[in-house]
Amino acid sequence: MRRKLAPYLLALPAWAWLAMFFVVPLAGMASLSLTSGNVITGFSQTFNIGNYLTAIDTYGEQIARSLFYGLSATLICIAIGYPAAYWIAFKGGRHKSTYLLLLLLPFFVSFVLRTISWKFTLSDNGIVLGTLKQIGVLPADFGVLNTAPAVILGLAYNFLPFMVLPIYAVLERMDHGVVEAAHDLYASRVQAFVRVVLPISLPGVFAGGLMTFIPTTADYVNASVLGGTGNTMIGSIIQTQYLVNNAYPIASAITFVLMGVLLLGIFSYARALGTERVMEVQAK
Amino acid sequence: MTAITAARAPVATPAPAAPTVPAISLEGVSKTFRSGRETVTAVGKLDLTIEAGEFFSLLGPSGCGKTTTMRMIAGFEDATSGVVRLDGKDVTSVAPNHRDVNMVFQSYALFPHLTVADNVAFGLKRKRVPAAEVKQRVADMLELVELAGHAKRKPGQLSGGQQQRVALARALVNRPRALLLDEPLAALDLKLRQAMQLELKRIQREVGITFVYVTHDQGEALTMSDRIAVMNGGYVAQLGTPAEIYERPASRFVAEFIGTSNLLPGTVTDASSEGSTVRLGCGADLRIGETLDAGEAVDVTVRPEKIRIGTAEPDPASSRVPGTVADAVYLGSATHYTVRLADGTEIVVFRQNADDVTADAIAAPGSPVWLSWHPTHSYVLPENSGPTDATQGSHHRA
Ligand SMILES: Nc1ncnc2c1ncn2[C@@H]1O[C@H](COP(=O)(O)OP(=O)(O)O)[C@@H](O)[C@H]1O
Ligand SMILES: [Mg+2]
Repeated sequence: MRRKLAPYLLALPAWAWLAMFFVVPLAGMASLSLTSGNVITGFSQTFNIGNYLTAIDTYGEQIARSLFYGLSATLICIAIGYPAAYWIAFKGGRHKSTYLLLLLLPFFVSFVLRTISWKFTLSDNGIVLGTLKQIGVLPADFGVLNTAPAVILGLAYNFLPFMVLPIYAVLERMDHGVVEAAHDLYASRVQAFVRVVLPISLPGVFAGGLMTFIPTTADYVNASVLGGTGNTMIGSIIQTQYLVNNAYPIASAITFVLMGVLLLGIFSYARALGTERVMEVQAK
Repeated sequence: MTAITAARAPVATPAPAAPTVPAISLEGVSKTFRSGRETVTAVGKLDLTIEAGEFFSLLGPSGCGKTTTMRMIAGFEDATSGVVRLDGKDVTSVAPNHRDVNMVFQSYALFPHLTVADNVAFGLKRKRVPAAEVKQRVADMLELVELAGHAKRKPGQLSGGQQQRVALARALVNRPRALLLDEPLAALDLKLRQAMQLELKRIQREVGITFVYVTHDQGEALTMSDRIAVMNGGYVAQLGTPAEIYERPASRFVAEFIGTSNLLPGTVTDASSEGSTVRLGCGADLRIGETLDAGEAVDVTVRPEKIRIGTAEPDPASSRVPGTVADAVYLGSATHYTVRLADGTEIVVFRQNADDVTADAIAAPGSPVWLSWHPTHSYVLPENSGPTDATQGSHHRA
């Protein structure tokens, strides 16, 4: 009996942590999202579903935009991150850890600072655009800042390692002999990749996708720094409603709507990739 | 492990051996690796001809270039020089996916995300074989390797021996001109390995495909092969049938690598057309069946199981030396003796524990004994065959 209990006892701190810092605040927020009132008069529990209707009605556009930005940033991360991970895992030789370190090096700098430095880099007459304008590649009135691409690129840049690392881990761990085996069994280079390497590395893409899609969709720094008034993401709205307007009920309601939408997205994503199959390979 | 069942479906029609065109031929093939400023010659100038339908083994110690040779046949390594031919056709610069040979990898390299059946079907699908035929051939092949009940499993759910057979089926199902196997049994435990040796031999006979088998295990090579190329330091030290290689090693290296050998240094004192006499270091005179040059310094070799051990003085016409028992290890069916000669040379003798009564008398260390064998069983190693010999020593003595 005691032996059966031991694993649960060992997990107790983790459970306590989760309960204290996740379950309790979440429940509090759920209750808060159904109240009415304001900071001055105080909030009272009225089971006010109206908060949710307002959230969807007023901020549906920002939620949809956030999902689109998050998805775009995730796809860019896959497009850039997969080849990078592949190259390090298969061609990195003795210097694999050096390349990984180089990849992570920018991320020793604070997230906000990094994003602000991007603002300088991408500014209308900054190092990149200014130079391109000078040599006449771009027209003088061309700009990137305060546009959707600027926000998406910023997101992709900031979350790239979260895509590269899980994919790298899977590619590194897989038996590289399977590529030769595929060639031996008449597969061309492309076929060997599509039929063997890619399916085996899908769990990494799956994990990387979650680890970039969720935080990029909910991010509020990139949109504030790199975006303009027309590119507001839902993260910024939540932040403003909480900290500036002190409209706690509506902020909580938006948070739950966003969570619901993300969960829905994740489940359909898992469905599409066939999580069971994916997890099975990973468990090996 | 398994009996051959009559119900088994024939899988491939045995390829009729075309005696004029060898399945594989290597002509002056060499491979040099460059790592930084260093160069490593993995394979020297190699000339090998492997006949269609043959079970051919590359045998040698680790690092002698077996894998590199095999990878050049498969197309995974480009030969530094020389020509690789399959069925007489020059394929030296043909990519692996366009060569009609298949490989069984030492690590198996099964596709972990595919079922057993899909693993086996992989090559056929790439060759665009019609779906119905793929299904039939995969089923037949799984039957042949006795995995019919496991078609829907993933490789991760199989034992090592079963994975090994999937790897074999995945290659064989394509009916390649030759199957290349790189130490396929090395990862299995002894019992399973021995069972699989017989199993592989049976399958090879059944499908009639040329097998090129890489191993560092001399027992395995002797058991399974039609012919063996013993390799050392990137060269072929000897090429021949298992019996030729065991009974007539071409060099000291081969003699010591294959089985247990006793090497007795001596000098030829008398030579006639009947044979020769060699005086050993211990002072004993040895009769040798061969005609040698008087005065020549030679190494005489004799296999442990050819030697009779006893207390009675043997017939002077036989080869005989006196000595004392240094050690006796009882192994049940046989006893292994180490006998020390007058000059300290030690000779190993394997004696079957047959129905006789002298065994106890000679078991004790220190007992004086006579060793004797038929003169044809001792064999003089060719000259210039020191232990580091790495020349193409495939010359034969009649
Ligand atoms: N890719 C490589 N780069 C450098 N040296 C290699 C490479 N592959 C093999 N070698 C060297 O070539 C020699 C023969 O190797 P190998 O063919 O694998 O031997 P075996 O299979 O008989 O053990 C070894 O000395 C090995 O270190
Ligand atoms: Mg090897």
